[in-house]
Amino acid sequence: MKTFPLILLLAGAAVIQSCKMKNTGNAVSGDAAGKVYVAPGKYDEFYNFVSGGFSGQVSVYGLPSGRLLKVIPVFTVNPENGYGYNEETKTMLQTSHGMVPWDDQHHLALSQTNGEHDGRWLFANANNTPRVGRIDLKTFKTMEILELPNSAGNHSSPFLTENTEYLVAGTRFSVPIAEKEASLDSTSYKQNFKSTVSFVGVDKTTGQMGISFQVILPGMDLDLSRAGKGPSHGWFFFSTYNTELANTLLEVNASRKDKDFIVAVNWKKAEEYVKAGKAKKMAAAYYHNTINEETGMTTSELIKEVLTLDPAELKDFVYLIPCPKSPHGCDVDPTGEYIVGSGKLAALIPVFSFQKFTKAISDKAFEGEFGGIPVIRYEAALHGEVQKPGLGPLHTEFDGKGNAYTSFFVSSEIVKWNIKDLKVLDRVPTYYSIGHLMVPGGDTRKPYGKYVVAYNKITKDRYLPTGPELAQSAQLYSIDGEKMQLLLDFPTIGEPHYAQAIPAEKIREQSVKFYDINKNKHPYASLGEKATKVVREGNTVHVYMTAIRSHLTPDNIEGIQVGDEVFFHVTNLEQDWDIPHGFAIKHAPNAELLIMPGETNTLRFSPAAPGIYPFYCTDFCSALHQEMQGYLRVSPKGSNVPLKWGTGHPDAPATVAAK
Amino acid sequence: MIIHQRQYIINDVLPPSSSHMNKLSITGKTSILVAIGCIAALWFLPLWRIDLAAPQYPEGISMQIWINDVMGDVDIINGLNHYIGMKTIHKSDFPEFTYLPKILIAFCIGGLLVMGMNRKRGYYIYTLIFFLIAAISMYDFWKWEYDYGHHLNPSAPIKVPGMAYQPPLIGYKKMLNFEALSQPDAGGWLFILAGAILTVVSLYEWKRTKTGKI
Repeated sequence: MKTFPLILLLAGAAVIQSCKMKNTGNAVSGDAAGKVYVAPGKYDEFYNFVSGGFSGQVSVYGLPSGRLLKVIPVFTVNPENGYGYNEETKTMLQTSHGMVPWDDQHHLALSQTNGEHDGRWLFANANNTPRVGRIDLKTFKTMEILELPNSAGNHSSPFLTENTEYLVAGTRFSVPIAEKEASLDSTSYKQNFKSTVSFVGVDKTTGQMGISFQVILPGMDLDLSRAGKGPSHGWFFFSTYNTELANTLLEVNASRKDKDFIVAVNWKKAEEYVKAGKAKKMAAAYYHNTINEETGMTTSELIKEVLTLDPAELKDFVYLIPCPKSPHGCDVDPTGEYIVGSGKLAALIPVFSFQKFTKAISDKAFEGEFGGIPVIRYEAALHGEVQKPGLGPLHTEFDGKGNAYTSFFVSSEIVKWNIKDLKVLDRVPTYYSIGHLMVPGGDTRKPYGKYVVAYNKITKDRYLPTGPELAQSAQLYSIDGEKMQLLLDFPTIGEPHYAQAIPAEKIREQSVKFYDINKNKHPYASLGEKATKVVREGNTVHVYMTAIRSHLTPDNIEGIQVGDEVFFHVTNLEQDWDIPHGFAIKHAPNAELLIMPGETNTLRFSPAAPGIYPFYCTDFCSALHQEMQGYLRVSPKGSNVPLKWGTGHPDAPATVAAK
Repeated sequence: MIIHQRQYIINDVLPPSSSHMNKLSITGKTSILVAIGCIAALWFLPLWRIDLAAPQYPEGISMQIWINDVMGDVDIINGLNHYIGMKTIHKSDFPEFTYLPKILIAFCIGGLLVMGMNRKRGYYIYTLIFFLIAAISMYDFWKWEYDYGHHLNPSAPIKVPGMAYQPPLIGYKKMLNFEALSQPDAGGWLFILAGAILTVVSLYEWKRTKTGKI
């Protein structure tokens, strides 16, 4: 028995070896180029939202071209457009432990209605300092970030129920509840450490998030999760590892047991417990940061309590299904009947049946308890196993035609198999060591199919070398035919984990071209050049500035003193598509502003020495962009230089293009 | 051919009266109502449009001229025109927007009077007045275009020697990076239709008199 995995590993190595023997020329057949060529002036078929991994951001690619369209700043500051630096967004990254300017972004979820993508919002998780974010798909802008208490390693997140009722956030690390400390030994771990699942309610019309309740689970590690759909709507499934409850050398200690669990949570039942007042109110401290659409300003609210449910006390809403070898993926097929576990150290893929699972509960087909939670007998919930699919299954998506596509990290391949009869149908190599894969809509009730994308962990020789640090690599395959066909290889930013894709027409038409300046309710907006001014309040100076092609108003400012705190509130007066203006001032120790038409952004600057500080527009806006510049005069503290500002000489030709 | 056929039908239906040679046919009277209808539509439809395109404006910029307003991407055009020193376009600068509607209302009432008078001569004069209004309007439009295109701010950021920016009266013209297309809009086409109807029916009435004399 002990030699079995070893042989498999060797076999896996042989598979990798044989993949490397092949070159791309062999792997790509004739018409691949035509299938991914998006002619100049034409658009891609899909928006592909790709998690940025350790970049903390979300990237947007077009499919099938693989062209990068945008990087959306979410959990990491972005000096390029001032996100996290300007006065409007600097508290978006506020947490109970201060401003955390970076994170590790793993998974994405597009909002759903009736189990289909509705194109309204994109949700993202932060793995390191537990947070979830919401991006508005009209503006591709992060509008909300919610911190999660009693959480560490927010990994099984931000998966959604089929009408976006809830977003879940499960913990990859178990930690003592209420952010307490505890000694790091096996007895203490078993006693004090818990995993939690937060059910974050999402408002139907605004998308606003709020923690409805948390389920406190034994001290194992939660990996990925999926909501039930159709018949299994009302349930949520989580994969787990380290049910051995090890606190050190998990590589070995968390790989001992043959089986870990899939945790099944009946969230409708949990809701009933909450409604019946069975949830415990617990003191907590976590931030909820929201951008107001009208003012553009972030409101940061510290929330001080959370409701918790303990399944060891409140019975019948959490069950455990044994699943081989530290499962990663835990994927529900489009019908909602089959749950695919992907034991990342297993040599088979177990497929569970929802009907069998509910029958097992009513038959009380339990093999015992774990932390007070009933464990269902493996066979009682099992639909069947895919035999010898490959090595190291990670994640499965579906094409809506009865086929499943599973990624295999160790054997570096995608395997297509039939859900009903569990037969392997096809396999293709990936370059190299695929993590997640994604079929457009492959996690919904109605997959769009057509393609599968491999998001790989190892790049090596795929592109021209760029030193030791390389871009990540993704591959696009056609799944239209019986056999998968490699079409394209494209580099990605950060390190992609999970991704989502949606047909372009569901987003394209709603995309905002510019903000209506008449709806700008920013407290320091200047709605026209006549409204510009400089106001001193003690040591604080507010500069109400406007930008329109091709001048800033005011562009000459005097009377500022060392020690002043100057706020440049710059309003972009343009009302045309793709005319942003930038604002940067010499020696400012933070970042620039990038202001969209109709928007107001604020840069704070405290000059440290007397002198002349030039400022200018950084976004090439027009033929006279280079002339869009000005000066700030900073005098010594206590100087008698009066406050003075303006643009243009009084007897010069009338200020042009004034609104 | 069609006119002849219809003439006979009408002659068959209507018994000739003593003074019918000078009176308007049913077609003549109806045509006045149709022309009034076409002109009334100008309160709901733009008269003229100028479309601009440039490499950096793939989506195009468009301006619609109504009998009482100028609409569309006027702000964008004003923003761009300041580079070459063109005056900004403002509704309040055009007295035409006040008196053109008044003239057209008077013209419509005049039509009802012509119907009431029921004289062919009135119809011919009415048609002439229509073309007078059309010609003066086009001249006025050309004059505005000339004015905007030629009277440039001497301190404009961009000055191209010898360059004027007068948009075409009708048709296509390329000016620097912009292509301009000037043409009637929906209301303009209805106005042209009204002119065509008045012309054709004038000819018809005139021929009817001639054939009636034979």
